[in-house]
Amino acid sequence: MSALSGPFLPLLVRREHASLSVKLIAPPMALALATLLNLGLYLLMGRDPVAIFHAMLLEPFLSWASFSEVLLKTGPLLLVAQGLAIGFRAKVFNIGAEGQFILGAIFASAIPVWFPQATGQWIWPSMLVIGALGGALWASLTAFWRVKLNANEILVSLMLALVAAQLLNYLLLGPWKDPNGFNFPQSVMFQYDAMVPILIPGTRVNVSLLVACAFSLGAWVFMQRSFAGYKLQVGGLAPRAAGYAGFNEGRAIWLSLLVGGFAAGLAGAAEVAGPLGQLQRSISTGYGYAAIIVAYLGGLHPVGIVFSALLMAALYIGGDNAMVSANLPVAAVRVFQGSLLLAYLVAIAFVRYRLEWRHAAHASTP
Amino acid sequence: MNAVEFIIAGMLAAATPFLLAALGELVAERAGVLNLGVEGLMALGAVIAFIIVYQGGGHLLGFLAAGLASAALSLVFAVVALGFRANQVATGLAIGILGQGLSALFGKSFESLTVKGLPKLSLPWLSDIPVIGGLFSQDIVVWLSLAATVAIWAVFAYTKTGLVIRAVGENPKAARALGYPVIAVRFAAVAFGGALAGFAGAYAAVVYTPLWADGMIAGRGWIAIALVVFGTWLASRIFLGACLFGAVSLASLAAQTTGLDVSSQLLSSLPYLVTIVVLGIISSNRRLLKLNGVASLGEPFEP
Repeated sequence: MSALSGPFLPLLVRREHASLSVKLIAPPMALALATLLNLGLYLLMGRDPVAIFHAMLLEPFLSWASFSEVLLKTGPLLLVAQGLAIGFRAKVFNIGAEGQFILGAIFASAIPVWFPQATGQWIWPSMLVIGALGGALWASLTAFWRVKLNANEILVSLMLALVAAQLLNYLLLGPWKDPNGFNFPQSVMFQYDAMVPILIPGTRVNVSLLVACAFSLGAWVFMQRSFAGYKLQVGGLAPRAAGYAGFNEGRAIWLSLLVGGFAAGLAGAAEVAGPLGQLQRSISTGYGYAAIIVAYLGGLHPVGIVFSALLMAALYIGGDNAMVSANLPVAAVRVFQGSLLLAYLVAIAFVRYRLEWRHAAHASTP
Repeated sequence: MNAVEFIIAGMLAAATPFLLAALGELVAERAGVLNLGVEGLMALGAVIAFIIVYQGGGHLLGFLAAGLASAALSLVFAVVALGFRANQVATGLAIGILGQGLSALFGKSFESLTVKGLPKLSLPWLSDIPVIGGLFSQDIVVWLSLAATVAIWAVFAYTKTGLVIRAVGENPKAARALGYPVIAVRFAAVAFGGALAGFAGAYAAVVYTPLWADGMIAGRGWIAIALVVFGTWLASRIFLGACLFGAVSLASLAAQTTGLDVSSQLLSSLPYLVTIVVLGIISSNRRLLKLNGVASLGEPFEP
């Protein structure tokens, strides 16, 4: 390339076979790289990188109390990311999971908000179902826009996420505001039966983690073992071939978005019916966006995503720790997330390419 | 001043962040690169400009530093997406998250502080016309943005540089065969787009609403990306689209101050809803998109 000078040029040369070993070590390499970069940043900010490293990446695993919080956060991230990964593999980029999450939370909250006196074991399961449907409904708008109107799903789903945040504000400041809530933008506290039962006694980990694991298993069966999942992946890898084979592109888009919206809505419902116990402004701390990173970091593979969801959950908890113990601004977690995804994207380049140093004279003849 | 005069007078200023960012994205997309990190690039530019202006560095330095910082971040995008041939969608999202994170990090101790904006420069005679006179009284950045719009339009319409950028975006293999450095052109286009996104963020933070609040870009970077589609990759139409969004955001502001009985959340989501509707209308005309679209948009180039 004429832009580069010097006798030797680094060149990415396509491998004959994708390297599985690189694929497996790419996530830990990316984590190491992102950690180094961010510790450097903390050093520049005049913070103690060792203390932050300890608080952020070790502490979440050092006590059962904080690890149980990691598990609690793993649930929503795992759910949303599994749903998104299915779409991403079909090259359907639903990046508005945040909005579908919010709609799930709103739909689920409708039951305890409208029927605060209701009792019975049916309440929390129906909240999860209605929440999931709400998320799928919100995502179906994007699918309609994409399939019928040919509109870019990235932009539409993101815009709908911004609209969803306003819708949540509207409900919490208006019709759904708790009349005895001292004017805080939050709904009434939900009744006992509207809460997902606790899974591990003594912690806040609830049954929704099992739901997320079941969904992961379902995603694995669907993507790795079913014909519908296969068709979806072919559509993503070779859209023309998929077209010749008669695989319907519109159906793939609908399926991707509905599954993604369903999972995100379910996660949103589980959040209000779980650790929060009410609808509030901060129902999602960016789960919908973080889940995009989780999906990629897990190699868009249902098994990989289980590990990356755990890691991302630990980062959330670790970020909170570092905020308390090392006075690290909460925005540092977002910086870490962004740089982690970048580092991963660089690392997986080596799955398909290897670096070769060639003499400039030969570099121009690939 | 009534609502109509208010909108006419303020429309161009409100449009400027959209316009600058969309023009930058236009150049990158024309070269075949889809950079979805605009929101983060704007957020970074905004905070850098705000900090410099707040500390007394002045608006010129603030804008320059914002442009440089965002161009640097967009070069990170270029290294990962073009150098390492990573998925451009994922890389753009990562840059967006990183930029917004850095913005929040740097801006933490400036929350709710204010700076002074820029004075308006009025065109003689024209700015005295009733009703539409306000249109001709704008700050220097608005005037420069209009000039930039014309310049970018002219570059693509009349110059060889514009032709090379389009060739690289349309058919990179052929462009390379003709001897053009595809990757270098794309790097330059991305850096240029990054700098404009930085200026856009700077304008939002130190001129249009000279007050620092985390998340102040509020989706404007995403709307800018949508504007490139609305404008079917033409600078002139992107300008019209930016004016539409300037007017929409002012209209919702005007409605809020006149005490119209519409929920403020509905008004705040108006720009997003308009984006969704217009995107549907424009995109459903497949011929229009095909005619002006960029053939290799978002695809990695392997020499």
